[in-house]
Amino acid sequence: MSVYNNYIDIFSQNRDLIDKGSAGAMNALRDKAMECLKRNGLPHKNLEEYLHTDVASWFEPDWGLNLSRLDMHVDKAQAFKCNVPNLSTLLYFLANDEFAVSDTSAKASLPEGVFVGSLSEAARNHPEMVDPYYGQLADMDRPGIAAINTMLVQDGLLIYVPDGVVMEKPVQLVTLLHSAVDLMVNRRILVVLGHSSQLKLLLCDHSLSANSFLTTQVVEVFVGPGSRLELYDLEETHNANLRVSELYINQESDSQAEVDYVTLHNGKTRNSVFTAFAGRGSQLSLNGIGTIDKEQHLDNMTFVDHRVSDCTSSELFKYVLDDESTGAFAGKVLVRHGAQNTVSEQTNRNICLTRQARMFTQPQLEIYADDVKCSHGATVGQLDEKAMFYMRQRGIPEQEARMMLMQAFVGEVIGRVALEPLRDRLNRLVEKRFRGELSQCEGCRACR
Amino acid sequence: MLKIENLHAGIDGKEILKGINLEVNAGEVHAIMGPNGSGKSTMSNVLVGHPSYHVTEGKVTFKGNDLLAMSAEERSHQGLFMSFQYPVEIPGVSMTNFMRTAINEKRKALGQQPLAPTDFLKLIKQKRDLVKLDAKFMNRSVNEGFSGGEKKRNEIFQMAMLEPSLSILDETDSGLDIDALRIVADGVNRLKSADTSVIVITHYQRLLDYIKPDIVHVLYQGRIIKTAGPELALELEERGYDWVIKEFEDSQK
Repeated sequence: MSVYNNYIDIFSQNRDLIDKGSAGAMNALRDKAMECLKRNGLPHKNLEEYLHTDVASWFEPDWGLNLSRLDMHVDKAQAFKCNVPNLSTLLYFLANDEFAVSDTSAKASLPEGVFVGSLSEAARNHPEMVDPYYGQLADMDRPGIAAINTMLVQDGLLIYVPDGVVMEKPVQLVTLLHSAVDLMVNRRILVVLGHSSQLKLLLCDHSLSANSFLTTQVVEVFVGPGSRLELYDLEETHNANLRVSELYINQESDSQAEVDYVTLHNGKTRNSVFTAFAGRGSQLSLNGIGTIDKEQHLDNMTFVDHRVSDCTSSELFKYVLDDESTGAFAGKVLVRHGAQNTVSEQTNRNICLTRQARMFTQPQLEIYADDVKCSHGATVGQLDEKAMFYMRQRGIPEQEARMMLMQAFVGEVIGRVALEPLRDRLNRLVEKRFRGELSQCEGCRACR
Repeated sequence: MLKIENLHAGIDGKEILKGINLEVNAGEVHAIMGPNGSGKSTMSNVLVGHPSYHVTEGKVTFKGNDLLAMSAEERSHQGLFMSFQYPVEIPGVSMTNFMRTAINEKRKALGQQPLAPTDFLKLIKQKRDLVKLDAKFMNRSVNEGFSGGEKKRNEIFQMAMLEPSLSILDETDSGLDIDALRIVADGVNRLKSADTSVIVITHYQRLLDYIKPDIVHVLYQGRIIKTAGPELALELEERGYDWVIKEFEDSQK
């Protein structure tokens, strides 16, 4: 019997409980999700898109699920220590998969018409903000975890920014994994930006207790015409953490999106990104950093869909792999028929610090329009020995020289981060990471 | 300052230096000349501790210490500097950060406190002026986007910053136009003192018009086959290397 059947059984047996802990559109989509899961199963390594990450096997252990929404007593105050200094944010939490708001953010008044809060609450009380969007981008029929997530998910975050509203303050969602037993967490994030609005969203993923976690995360983002989105996804979890995330972005005309994935510390991670240009004149900057060591695993898959003309996409992913870690990057850019004047560049560069570290990279470009400017490139190599010697000749010790070269290597990606305090913070975090001082997240007592 | 005795060394198992003997005293400028493939670059790389080169025999003392026992960075801390024939570009590492780290690592090794930021900036300004290197280069990545001449001036700038006691200028004149050559040579001359020494490795007499050597050596097939005063360089410029080589070969018969 395949592993996904266990989850279908759990779902069928606990349907009432699951529905009770959630609402509206979220419950309405569960049957369809179950059908999709039955049809497609979970993504396994015989599928090309999952060649290097056998996600299905991650679901095999007997994970606990908190379907009855028990309070898991997560100390959210811990998260404040992981805050980005000099960056004042509207702070929210998902403790495992339960939404909470920080005391100060609860009092903060949001611009008129803006909703930032629990997704299930919104599905119950503001269906107009959820129903037209929920599940509209996440494709449950392609290999992935959108189906199982949709079938089981009970809560998450909704950010709704109506037309013309600029959210000056970044919204920060800290996800905390904390449990006495090994736990599976399904969370969902829905972001809707109307016409000419702006949002900066920072997602920080932390694990607080030493248990194993399996997280499925599905994020759907609607970027309205003329709007601007900055989305930063920062993972600092421990070695026993498994994470599968899928991000779907739909960009209307003249919109801008900057998406940066930073995997500072993790166990095994698979991130899939699907972005689509639905309107002309839009821009996307999609970047990623992976610093992995020990037996960590990081697999980023991106799919950039140029459906219409006059859009620009730029991608830069860089990995530094130490010890016996493995990394994978697969980036596909599809320029559809008629998507003229497309400008697209994709770069993936990787440094393997040891002979045991492995990197798999697969850039892909599919072009069906004739007036486009597209490039892609990928490299896997070592630190530049010539540069290293040059630095040592000037008196910089070997260890320090290595550090500076690695920092410089990922610094190119950090340089693309628009949010300045975050940029400074990332530079420091990456340095700490390379120095071996960062094992999970700064200030967390539970770090190991 | 530097004493090389019977130095044998090579790369990839191939012996290139076959018994070098050389002594450089404080305050002296030595020129090492020689045809292509004679071992000039090998010699400078071995002296600064390039990990690809291996010493098979011989002894090198620098200020009384065993140079070959030191790592590349230790040699630098002890006052050994090499101006690279091909300065390396280091994308993402700014000149300022590079120099600050280099200076403070040296100070740390010598048991000194790091340089205060204001003193560091003052020092940079002062040394930049010496080789007429524009301030804009300090925010750029090391050697990235520098022209050939700017790279060489940057080498001398770094030399000025690190105040070495022995500097090896490895083909510093290659790829320089006459103005850049003058600026570079002028920088080297102004850094010269009774306590510092310079080894100029060069193909041509050209640079030696500006940096006057006290002693000139000819390197050939991994050995120093002739040593004389500055007039030797002029003679080599005029007559080439063949006569020196013939003289050497005759003496070996």
